[in-house]
Amino acid sequence: MRAGRGVRVIGKQVRKARWQLAVIVSAVVLAGSLGHGVQPVQAADPVKVGILHSLSGTMAISEAPIKEVVLMAIDEINAAGGVLGRKVEALIEDPASNWDLFAEKAKKLLQEDKVATVFGCWTSVSRKSVLPVFERYNGLLFYPVQYEGEECSKNVIYTGATINQQASPAVDFLMGSEGGNKKRFYLIGTDYVYPRTTNKILRLYLLKKGVKEADIQEEYTPFHHQDYQTIVGKIKSFCAGGDAAVINTINGDSNVPFFKELANQGVTADTCPSISFSFAEVELQALDVKPLAGHLASWNYYMSLKTPQNMKWIKSYKEWCAKHNIADKQCVTDDPMMHAYMHVHLWAKAVEKAGSTDVDKVLKALEGLEIDSPVGKYKVDEKNHHTWKPVYIGKIKEDGQFDVVWKTKEWVAPEPWSELTYPGRACDWSGDGKGSFDMVDGKRSWLSDKK
Amino acid sequence: MRTTCLVFLACWLALGAIAAGLTEAAPPHALLMDLTTPAKQRAALLQLRDLTDPALKGVLQALKDGALYLWKEETLLILNDAGTLIDLDDKPLLDSVGRPLLPTEGLEQVALEQENMSLVQRALEALELSAPDPAKRRSIALRWGNLQDLTVIPLLEKAQAKETVPGIKAVMVETMHKLRLLDPTPQVRQQAIAFFGATRAESALSRLRDLRAKEQDPQVQAAITTAVQRIESYLQMRNAVAYIFNGLSLASILLIMSLGLAITFGLMGIINMAHGEMLMLGSYTAYVLQEFFAARFVAYADTYFLVALPLSLLVVGAVGILLERGLLRFLYGRPLESLLVTWGIGLMLQQGARLYFGDQTSVNPPTWLRGGWEIMPGLIFPYSRLFIIGLSLLCLVVIYCLLYRSNTGLKLRAVMQNRDMAACMGISSRKVDTLTFALGTALAGLAGCALSLIGTVDPEVGKTYIVDSFMVVVLGGVGKLLGTVLASLGVGMSNKLLEPAIGGTAAAVYAKVGILVLVILFLQLKPTGLFPAKERLAAGTVR
Repeated sequence: MRAGRGVRVIGKQVRKARWQLAVIVSAVVLAGSLGHGVQPVQAADPVKVGILHSLSGTMAISEAPIKEVVLMAIDEINAAGGVLGRKVEALIEDPASNWDLFAEKAKKLLQEDKVATVFGCWTSVSRKSVLPVFERYNGLLFYPVQYEGEECSKNVIYTGATINQQASPAVDFLMGSEGGNKKRFYLIGTDYVYPRTTNKILRLYLLKKGVKEADIQEEYTPFHHQDYQTIVGKIKSFCAGGDAAVINTINGDSNVPFFKELANQGVTADTCPSISFSFAEVELQALDVKPLAGHLASWNYYMSLKTPQNMKWIKSYKEWCAKHNIADKQCVTDDPMMHAYMHVHLWAKAVEKAGSTDVDKVLKALEGLEIDSPVGKYKVDEKNHHTWKPVYIGKIKEDGQFDVVWKTKEWVAPEPWSELTYPGRACDWSGDGKGSFDMVDGKRSWLSDKK
Repeated sequence: MRTTCLVFLACWLALGAIAAGLTEAAPPHALLMDLTTPAKQRAALLQLRDLTDPALKGVLQALKDGALYLWKEETLLILNDAGTLIDLDDKPLLDSVGRPLLPTEGLEQVALEQENMSLVQRALEALELSAPDPAKRRSIALRWGNLQDLTVIPLLEKAQAKETVPGIKAVMVETMHKLRLLDPTPQVRQQAIAFFGATRAESALSRLRDLRAKEQDPQVQAAITTAVQRIESYLQMRNAVAYIFNGLSLASILLIMSLGLAITFGLMGIINMAHGEMLMLGSYTAYVLQEFFAARFVAYADTYFLVALPLSLLVVGAVGILLERGLLRFLYGRPLESLLVTWGIGLMLQQGARLYFGDQTSVNPPTWLRGGWEIMPGLIFPYSRLFIIGLSLLCLVVIYCLLYRSNTGLKLRAVMQNRDMAACMGISSRKVDTLTFALGTALAGLAGCALSLIGTVDPEVGKTYIVDSFMVVVLGGVGKLLGTVLASLGVGMSNKLLEPAIGGTAAAVYAKVGILVLVILFLQLKPTGLFPAKERLAAGTVR
């Protein structure tokens, strides 16, 4: 998913001397045995869960609100009596937008704090950096953000959208009559893994839908690119016929000069709508929305959805903000927040169902688990650790909110491996499934066996 | 008494006539009932579309959404968002005691035939074609240009005749001609082609090319070829103008960015790695003022930028004085140390901005700097870019006058050329140092403020400026104003000419790489830049 705005990796290797480790380990063991001796473990001991979101650094603007809704959900669960009769206690770690720290903090949460689960990560690089830790210590991670797919870990529940739950429905919309029967597409993005993967899949998808190769333009700019004059000129010509649209995967700050230039050169959403996958309500609060107004976004959730569950959720979040000194202007909800809020409840429900906080039992209980959410029904897939949800197309309004203009008829099944780039590849963790597999001669060939 | 009676009678008759008129204008009931019969649905929809009666909107929308129902095989009902059934006059369906009724029997959904889906959509759009909101009219007129449906031409004709906004009228006319390109009669096609040949509208180009591939009639074929040629030659000319403007605009940005550096690095020889952060501070000055005006003087919010420009000059100039007095003056003659110190200062400023302002902020240009000037059809020069071109020229003139036409400038140059001699003449070289450095940073602040119009405002924005600034100053030849001007022109123009020439999926990156390579090659040939300072002067600047 979106990488940080100022991606800078500070390679720092923390090496602990062996004796230090030994002292710590023995102290922990001693404290543990003492604890056992003084007061026996009670059923009422809290269940510890970890929160692993950057609260400082470049990603704080997006990740801090996630922490808030996760805490809010935990509060709600505790108010209703906790899980298995025990309170839930959140341990918050701040990896400070530093990808190495993510892995270190994850290790600490799993090894030292023995948390039952972790809610965390935002960028793909942070997820990739904690993945080996969770797999090695058999932890459980809930990941709330849309991402490029091509991953399906046993130890992760991916609640954000896969490409077929965000980007491909956007194309369907643009090609349909509501979207203006678009036939030509300009794919523009920042040069890194998420836009490249998304556009690779979208290109195949467009070709499959009958769009000609010559009618697809692809262009990438580096991080923090500022000068979009020439590109916008090209887009303007491309769109002159009125049958074209822009699919925007530009990351973070570069969107500001891009949309300013579009507006200044008179490219409007009328002639040349652009659809983006990385602006949600939270980001829009800080930006100059005027040049963006009328352009589109594709998400699984909008704050402006008028479902009773959503109204209720927003109301309780507003109360939460008031209690926790969050300014009203910043007190908005968006797609990743919705997923983050829901996956805490999903976890709690699964723990109740499993009757245990053991990771393997909880994972089993999560298979096919349904829950009521602000977007209506919400479900964990029976097999692949991703979730089912509807897709909405929203039009950006001048106040930074969205006008919902289109939604998928049904909820959309998650596809971690796109049919287009990896035909025949899927993922199954149910029963004796071993994760991702390819169909070879009608038989499953597990990717993990090949390694 | 009798007269009163007569007046009443007359009134009553008149009212009756008006009522009768109203019922006539209401959608014909029989036509609506036809919607329920699959065989008649298409014909009925076509007629309803051509009526363009706003009263039909509810029914058509309901038909499209599957919310139209037939009650007891005689009454059409709409299921509204609140979940109640209403009839075509918006009256809810009530049961015997007056509560909303949701019958379980006798209610039949009016099915929309799959092939009529687009027709309903068209009919709804036809209503918007005369909507009071001009944006909607324009949007529909544009959208219809991509249809393959000739039957909407009369609707456009009607709408076009009523249209008062010239811009939208032109769009409607263009759309009509686009549709006529598909007409079965060759003469009509030819007329439409001639229309586009005359207006040289880029919007028809892809259509015309498609048509050329399919066209049978040789005469029409020839007409298309000439029209396409005319449009293409116009586009070539327009693109050339656009490239030149883009180049000029980039040159002005580079110039305003590096003018400050041309003074601190070029004249004084201080490698100020925090130059980018000085620009960032200028941008944040604009941001702070914008927020301040939005909070306190909402009525004057549009004028904040006029205040921000001089203020950024002062604020960042003051920061420059602090920097020079507090740190840099101890490091004169130790370029490596001042490089490291200023770099550190830059990092601190970045992190400070991040802690204080957060990561995503943006400056909203005032309304008078939004949009642009349409110099020729399809080519707009954005006001913000024109403004930056103007501002950079103004800065250039002011600096030139200050350095070469004023007493202060004379002293300044004297100190930079030969410090000791200048001091002997009674010039306070310390004061001159401080003021010169402050002038350089103040200019950076002004640049930052101006660039926030088109770019971002974030803690790391300085990084994107610093490399380009140094490149321009070094290329221009350290210490020469004219060199800086020519270098920014050269770099800007060649960047903007290279970018379209390279093409491909990452033209912007390769153009930048290309420029760097060119600059490196050039500096291999002329290591001292375009306009090298003369040997004795250079010796004088080393302290």
